[in-house]
Amino acid sequence: MEHHAEVLTGGIWHQRIPSWRDAAAVVLVVAVLILVGTGARQMVSPFVVAHQPEILLSPTALPFYALRTTIRMLAALAASLIFTFIYATLAAKSRRAEMVLIPLLDVLQSVPILGYLSFTVVFFVSLFPGSVLGPELAAIFAIFTSQAWNMTFSFYQALTTTPHDLDEASRSFRSSGWQRFWRLEVPFAMPGLVWNMMMSMSGGWFFVVASEAISVGDIQYTLPGIGSYVARAIQDRDLSAVGWAIAAMTVVIVTYDQLLFRPLVAWADKFRFEQAAAQSVPRSWVLDLFRRSKLVRFVGRPVGIGLRTAARARLALPPGARRLRRWSPPRRLIDAAWYGSVLALTGYGVWTLVQFAGPTLSWNDLAEASRNGALTLSRVVVLVALATVVWVPIGIGVGLRPKLAEKVQPIAQFLAAFPANLLFPVVVYVIVRFGLTPKIWLSPLMILGTQWYILFNVIAGASAFPSDFREVAASFRIRRWRWWRDVILPGIFPYYVTGAITASGGAWNASIVSEAVSWGPTRLDGSGLGAYIARMTEAGDFPRIALGIAVMSVLVITMNRILWRPLYALAERRTRLD
Amino acid sequence: MEVRPSDSIIDLRRVCKTFAKPSGEPLAVLTDIDVSLRDGEILGLLGRSGSGKSTLLRIAGGLIKPTAGDVLYRGTPLAGPSEGIAIVFQTFALYPWLTVTENVEAGLDALRLTRAEARRRALVAIDLIGLDGFQSAYPRELSGGMRQRVGFARAIVANPIALLMDEPFSSLDVLTAETLRTDFLDLWTGHHLPTKSVLMVTHNIEEAVLMCDRVLILSSNPGRIAAEIPVALAHPRDRLDALFHDIVDQIYSTLTSRSLESLRAHAQASGGTALSLPRVSVSRIIGLVERLSAAPYAGHAELAQIASALVLEVDDLLPVAEALHILAFAELSAGALKLTAAGHVFAEGSTDERKRMFREHLLRFVPLAAHIHRVLDERDGHRAPHVRFETELEDHLTRRDSERTLRVVTDWARYAELFDYDVRSRRFGFTAVSE
Repeated sequence: MEHHAEVLTGGIWHQRIPSWRDAAAVVLVVAVLILVGTGARQMVSPFVVAHQPEILLSPTALPFYALRTTIRMLAALAASLIFTFIYATLAAKSRRAEMVLIPLLDVLQSVPILGYLSFTVVFFVSLFPGSVLGPELAAIFAIFTSQAWNMTFSFYQALTTTPHDLDEASRSFRSSGWQRFWRLEVPFAMPGLVWNMMMSMSGGWFFVVASEAISVGDIQYTLPGIGSYVARAIQDRDLSAVGWAIAAMTVVIVTYDQLLFRPLVAWADKFRFEQAAAQSVPRSWVLDLFRRSKLVRFVGRPVGIGLRTAARARLALPPGARRLRRWSPPRRLIDAAWYGSVLALTGYGVWTLVQFAGPTLSWNDLAEASRNGALTLSRVVVLVALATVVWVPIGIGVGLRPKLAEKVQPIAQFLAAFPANLLFPVVVYVIVRFGLTPKIWLSPLMILGTQWYILFNVIAGASAFPSDFREVAASFRIRRWRWWRDVILPGIFPYYVTGAITASGGAWNASIVSEAVSWGPTRLDGSGLGAYIARMTEAGDFPRIALGIAVMSVLVITMNRILWRPLYALAERRTRLD
Repeated sequence: MEVRPSDSIIDLRRVCKTFAKPSGEPLAVLTDIDVSLRDGEILGLLGRSGSGKSTLLRIAGGLIKPTAGDVLYRGTPLAGPSEGIAIVFQTFALYPWLTVTENVEAGLDALRLTRAEARRRALVAIDLIGLDGFQSAYPRELSGGMRQRVGFARAIVANPIALLMDEPFSSLDVLTAETLRTDFLDLWTGHHLPTKSVLMVTHNIEEAVLMCDRVLILSSNPGRIAAEIPVALAHPRDRLDALFHDIVDQIYSTLTSRSLESLRAHAQASGGTALSLPRVSVSRIIGLVERLSAAPYAGHAELAQIASALVLEVDDLLPVAEALHILAFAELSAGALKLTAAGHVFAEGSTDERKRMFREHLLRFVPLAAHIHRVLDERDGHRAPHVRFETELEDHLTRRDSERTLRVVTDWARYAELFDYDVRSRRFGFTAVSE
C-alpha cells in the first residue's frame, strides 16, 4: 500500500493527549447519546412506522435492494466528507477547539457503532414521526459514524502537517483562507483522504447491512436493502436467498470499486506530495474513458471552470470584520473560560448519567457487564492471535512473490470490504445443523470480516520490504528461524500492527451482531458483551445498553492505550534509521 | 556613492527576533539588525547555518513579525506580506498538483484578475524565465533547475518591486545552479525584470561575490551583522579575476575570525565544558587531515582554496576546520588552516595510533569529554545518565546546541573508545572491551 503512512498516522496514536481527556470524552459521548435517545423517546412513544415495506425474497427484487443500499452508502459518504471538512478544519485552526475535538474524536472511533444504533434510531424516528425518512436517516447516520472518524483524522493530520514551505509561499502571495483551503490544504490531504474513504467504505458495508433491519424494544423497522433482505431470509430459513444476497453484494462491491474508487485513486495520484515521479502510477479504465471522451469533456468543461473560479474567489473577511477580530480579551481569560465550560459540561454529563442510570442500575449490573466484557475481551485477544498465526506467514509468503501478491492483494481487499454479517447465516446454519456449542463456535464470526486487514497489510509490508535487505539476508545465508526473527518479522512489523489494530477494532464492533444470532425461530447466544448489548437492545432497556456501550468503550480505549499504542510507537522507533 | 533615504526599498531598523525555548525562556535569534535594501542593488546575506539569515529574509518579506524594531517598505511600516514583495524559496515550494502555468498563476491569486488576464501574465513570465514548452507539465516531471525556474516565474509574475531569494540555488547541482545564476544575472543586468532590488540569502561565498553588489556577513548565536563587504565589480564577473579572489578571501577571513572569537568566548565561560561542538563526524575530521597533509597543501591551505578543490561550501567546510582547531590537529587563522605537529603525526598514523592520539586529544582539548570520563570513573558501576550532562549543558547552551554537542562528543568518544552511550537506557558507560 503506498498510502500506508496515512493509515499509520491516523490519529489513534496522538501522543500529546493525556488520558484524563479520554475519560471526559467518554462521559460526554455516552451522556449525549442518552440525552438524545431518551429525550426523543419521550416525544413519541409508543411508536409506529407508518408504511413498512414488505421485503420480497425473489432474486429479481435484489437489484433494486442493492441500489437502495448503495445510495445509502453514497449519502453517508457525502455526509462524512462535509463533516470531515468542517470538524477537522476547526480542530486544526483553533487551539481551544482542538483540545476538545481531538480527544472526542479519539473516543468516538472507539465506541461500538452498533451499540448506539438503538439511541440514534429512536432519535431520528422521533424527528420524522410516521415517515420512513426517520429510519433512513438513522441507517445513514450509522454508516456515517463508521466512516467519518478516520477520514476526519486523516484530514486533520494533513492540515497540521502541511509542508512549511508551501504554507509560506501561499502566505507570501497573500492568498485568502478560502483560496488556501482549496489550493493547498485539500489537495495536500487528498491522497490520504481517498485512501481513508476506501477503508471507511469497507467497514461501511458491514454497518449498512446491520442497520437496515432493526428492532429496539417496541420500535421495529425495515428498510428495503440487501441487509433487510438477508434478515428476512434468516426469518424464513431460506439459505438460497442468503446465497443470492451474497452474490448481489459481491457485484455491488466490485462495481463500486471499479466505478468509484479506482477512478478516485487514479485521479488523486496527482496530489501525491513526493516530487519524484512514481514508479507505478495507479490506473483506472473508467477515468481514462472519461478523460478521453469528447462528450464528457464538453459537458465537464463548464463545471471545471466553475469549480476553479470558486476556488480562486477570495472570500476574505471585509477589512472592518478583520479589525473587529483583532481586538480580543487576554488569552488567559479566554482559556480559563473555555476550560471552565468544558469542565462544567463534563460535570453535567456525569450528573445526567447518574440521574439516568441511578434508579435502574445496580452494582450487579456493572458486575454482569464486566464479566461479559472480560469474555468478549478474551475472545478478541485469542482470535487476533489466531489470525496472526495463520495470516502473517501466508501474507509474507504472498508478499515476497510480486506476481502472486498482485493477484491475491485485490482479493484480500475485497474480502475485507465484504460485509461478513451476510455470511453469518451460513455459519449459524452449520452450527444449528450439527448442534455445536455456540459459546465456542460463534466466536470466529467476530473476526470473519476483519482478519483480512491483517492479511492485506502484511502482504503490503512484505511487498514493500526493501530488496537490498532480502539480498543481504540471502548473501549471508541467514535462514529459517533467524531469518524470521531478524529479517522479515521486524520488516513487516509496522504494517502488521496497523492491520491488527483494524482487525481488533472491527472484532469488537462485530461482537454485537455475532455473539447473539438466530436462524428462523432458533436463537443462539454465545454470551459476552456483544450479546449483552444485543439482548438489551431487543428489550429496549436503555440504561443497560448505555452501560454495555460504556464498558465496551472503556475496554477498547484501554486496549488501545496499553497494547496498540506502545506497539505502534515501538514499530515506529525501531524501523527508523535516523 | 551618496545614498539618500528615499533610495531604499526595504528598511529594517533595530530588528530583533527571539523564539521561545521549550523551557519557556527566550532564545535570541537576531539582535539589533539594521539593513537597508537599496534601489537597484543585489544585496547578499551571508552566514553560517543558525545565523538567522533565513529568518531575517522572512522578516523583510513580512512572513515573520520581528519581536522588536521596525520594518519599512518604501517608507511605510510593513504589516504582513505585501504587494510588491515576492519570495523565491530554497525548496521551490511548488504545488505538486498544479501545472507550471497554474503554479505561476497562483502568484496572482491576491490580485483579483480575470482568468484571461491571469493566464496572459503567467505566459509572459514563463516566456521571460525560459520555461516555454513546459507550460502544461507538472512539477514532478521537471528537473530541479526547471522547478526553480517555475519558482522564479511565480515570483516575478506579479511584477514585484523587491525580490527576496532564500538560498535559491542551494538545492541544485553545481552545473544547474551555474546556468540559473547566469540566466538570472542576464535578465537583471539587461533590465528585463520589473524588480528594482534583490535581497539574497546564501551560504555560498563565491555565489555571493558573483551576484551581489554588497554582502552582509551575519555572525551566529545570536545573529547580528558582523561586516559589510562591498563588491564593486562589473558584470559579468570572472572567478579567476584577482579582485574577485581578494574579496572571497576577505569574506573567509571575516568568517573565520568570527568563529574563532566565538570559540574563545565559549571556552572561557564554564571552564570550557559548555564548548558547543560543531556537528562533524570523525570521518570528515580524518578526511580533512589527510587532505591537508597531502600534496599540494603540505599542511597549509587557504580555506577558499580547499573549499573549491573539495567542492565544499562554507557551511560544510568551516565546521570541520573548527573541529580540527578544537582538537588541536590544526590551527585556524584568518582564512587559512595549518596542520599542527600532532596533526601531521595523526595523518601518518595507523588506525590504532590514530585512535590513541584522538583519545589523548579528546581528553586534553575537549573539556566536556574529559568531564564525562571523570564522572564515569568516579561512579560505582561506571554509568551516568545522559540527562545529567544535558542539564549541565543547558545552563550555558540552547537545548538544540546542547543536544548536538552531546551527540558529537558521543560520536568522537566512541571512535576514541573512551566511553559509550546506550540509547535504550539513555546512559553513558565505559566502552566494553572485547578480547
